[in-house]
Amino acid sequence: MTAGGVSIAVIMTIGLLAVIATRGLAHFWPADVIEATYQIPGEAPRVMAGELVQAEEVPRARLAAAGLPVEVKGGEFMTRELFKVGNRDVYGADFSWVVDEWMSDKKTPEKMVVMERREWGNFYGYLVNVKESGNLVAEGDAAWDELQKRITRIDELHAEITKLEKKDIGRINYGLEGLRLKKRSLELKDELSPAAQADLDAERAQWDAEYKVLETQLVALNKEFNRDTVTVKTVDGREQEISLGKVVRAYQPNAMGIGQKLSFYGAKVWEFVSDDPREANTEGGIFPAIFGTIMMTLIMAVIVTPFGVLAAIYLREYAKQGPLTRTIRIAVNNLAGVPAIVYGVFGLGFFVYVLGGSLDRIFFPEAAPAPTFGTPGLLWASLTLAILAVPVVIVATEEGLARIPRALREGSLALGATKAETLWKVVLPMASPAMMTGLILAVARAAGEVAPLMLVGVVKLAPSLPVDGNYPYLHLDQKIMHLGFHIYDVGFQSPNVEAARPLVYATALLLVLVIALLNLSAVFIRNHLREKYKALDH
Amino acid sequence: MQHGTPTHGIDISALGREKQSLDLASETTAIEVPGLNLYYGDKQALFDVSLNIPKKRVTAFIGPSGCGKSTLLRTFNRMNDLVDGCRVEGEVNLDGTNIYRKGEDVADLRRRVGMVFQKPNPFPKSIYENVVYGLRIQGVNQKRILDETVEWALKSAALWDEVKDRLHESALGMSGGQQQRLVIARTVAVQPEVLLLDEPCSALDPISTLKVEELIYELKSKYTIVIVTHNMQQAARVSDYTAFMYMGKLIEYGDTDTLFTNPDKKQTEDYITGRYG
Repeated sequence: MTAGGVSIAVIMTIGLLAVIATRGLAHFWPADVIEATYQIPGEAPRVMAGELVQAEEVPRARLAAAGLPVEVKGGEFMTRELFKVGNRDVYGADFSWVVDEWMSDKKTPEKMVVMERREWGNFYGYLVNVKESGNLVAEGDAAWDELQKRITRIDELHAEITKLEKKDIGRINYGLEGLRLKKRSLELKDELSPAAQADLDAERAQWDAEYKVLETQLVALNKEFNRDTVTVKTVDGREQEISLGKVVRAYQPNAMGIGQKLSFYGAKVWEFVSDDPREANTEGGIFPAIFGTIMMTLIMAVIVTPFGVLAAIYLREYAKQGPLTRTIRIAVNNLAGVPAIVYGVFGLGFFVYVLGGSLDRIFFPEAAPAPTFGTPGLLWASLTLAILAVPVVIVATEEGLARIPRALREGSLALGATKAETLWKVVLPMASPAMMTGLILAVARAAGEVAPLMLVGVVKLAPSLPVDGNYPYLHLDQKIMHLGFHIYDVGFQSPNVEAARPLVYATALLLVLVIALLNLSAVFIRNHLREKYKALDH
Repeated sequence: MQHGTPTHGIDISALGREKQSLDLASETTAIEVPGLNLYYGDKQALFDVSLNIPKKRVTAFIGPSGCGKSTLLRTFNRMNDLVDGCRVEGEVNLDGTNIYRKGEDVADLRRRVGMVFQKPNPFPKSIYENVVYGLRIQGVNQKRILDETVEWALKSAALWDEVKDRLHESALGMSGGQQQRLVIARTVAVQPEVLLLDEPCSALDPISTLKVEELIYELKSKYTIVIVTHNMQQAARVSDYTAFMYMGKLIEYGDTDTLFTNPDKKQTEDYITGRYG
């Protein structure tokens, strides 16, 4: 009976992970691109190309009912296939359903090129030539090598531009914003003397001069970036010219060996976990979401541990046991059962508007009417999760404290230690594994939470990470991205559902992995502590 | 049936100990208890107990389970304060000062009156850290002083030779007897005036018990020792004075030889001859 329960649970867990993993991870594999002639009966034939995404058996009658010119004769079922045909700028959609019966002349030509672009999704077709500032550089077979060389150059330029925009110009913007706030603050205090004004102006001039230099650099880089173009031709013969600046990578999947495919796969997976998202989160990576999730969980842990532990110590060691402590315990336990979204509403109402609003009025009057802390952000998200998870820590810590043998406390007290010293030197170290258990449960609960976060600080796309090189380095007021919310956003709010679907699985897998990683490290620390304080056994 | 046996219950000379000539009246008093009542909630546990504990002697409390001997012992360092609903009426004077007066520094009192418990309770730290725990609490951190104290205290507890090579290993890896001697060393390290031993050998094997008893014998030249024991042989072996308690009352108190060979009270005689308890 119990064994059955356990095995069902294990099978369900493994099955769940397997589904997520296969669906998510298959997305990054460079599948062969099939070129075929497709003729719907009664219409002119056309050539199409794309990656096979999915195939299903559909009753003939249903296809007929959908208005397709299906012949009544034949088998009961027909095969319908979903192809990723790309070229959204040409065809209007990335995906296309086709009936297998109507396809003929299927082949996988080696010259077929797939280009990942920074906009409009993938391009499928053939390479015609490569041009530099409008002049032909290479054509035919030579064009492929030339293209690869130039894409490498583009990658370098792109990295340089990103660095310039985000880091250097970001720093200047940060400085200018600081200046503006300083000026406003002086104005508010009526202390803006001509001398101070002159100082500010001088500083501003310095920033402006720096910016001028960078701007020239940026313009030059951008010009370089857009210098080359590539001419391509779709399978149905439409030619178009694409600026190389728009191309992320180009590859010929049909010509790749298994080794090449594997290394390509590795690069794609690495891009997924280490890069910023592109195209409304449907392409590129999810690094900001991973970073945001971990950051938020860590800050949550930093907040929740002292709170929970102090509350538990008070309840267990200092409070007089009676109706009041009993009531508090019941309240704490019930707190763990409150729906998460209620915490979100509380966080928005109390933390963001009341606390954040007051902080803004007191400390950041110069920024008004723009809110600094009076708007959802990392700190409030972490705090909301902390109160959501604090009951778990309290309960676990209390149990840990209750398990410390009385003899050890008495031993310490008998040596002239006060109650506080005994707590600090003997009881708390021995209860630390229990605190870690509480923290593990808290992390497990908080890291996967999404609903409250939508109200208190998580957004679809955060322009920058909450940690950067500008003082004070950790920006608790910034909004963040979160894996859980990313799943929701990509899965349900995406303009390109078909393209986003594998990403939902991949992101879900990553969320599970991140939580497992956070938990495992906490478990590791706890086991280490247990080993150290295993006196509890006697 | 033991009825009709001579009045002496235990032959002291058979325990391998010289017969001493001691007189309670001529001793210096370390702890004076002039009539102490103690209650756990509504239940009275000690009834008007009066006795004087002599300085630098070993005093044993004997009596059947639940007779209040441990409770009495725990009043000497106010360990009973930790029990909810425990109330003390009367005084306990340590060197002439009532330890139950208002404003008494309990932590300091417990440093002066050390205590060793039934079960060995070393902290889950190294042997070294166990011994210096009391000193660290007092804010002593100079390595030289700590090192010296560790060596001296472990030597006092006859443990130095056994553990000197593994001072920084966990104390939990020691045997029960070693652990109990470590606890004694830990208590001695803060240089208390009085050592309270609450059935220190009840969880130990005979050989470890023997070692702890030898240790008590050596320590009495420096400390006033009060030991609670269930084992009358042990009381007879190690103590100079013995108090017999029964049902929360002090029945008889005198030098050990006399109490064991020629008790005044019928109850005492019954107990030490094994008629009940």
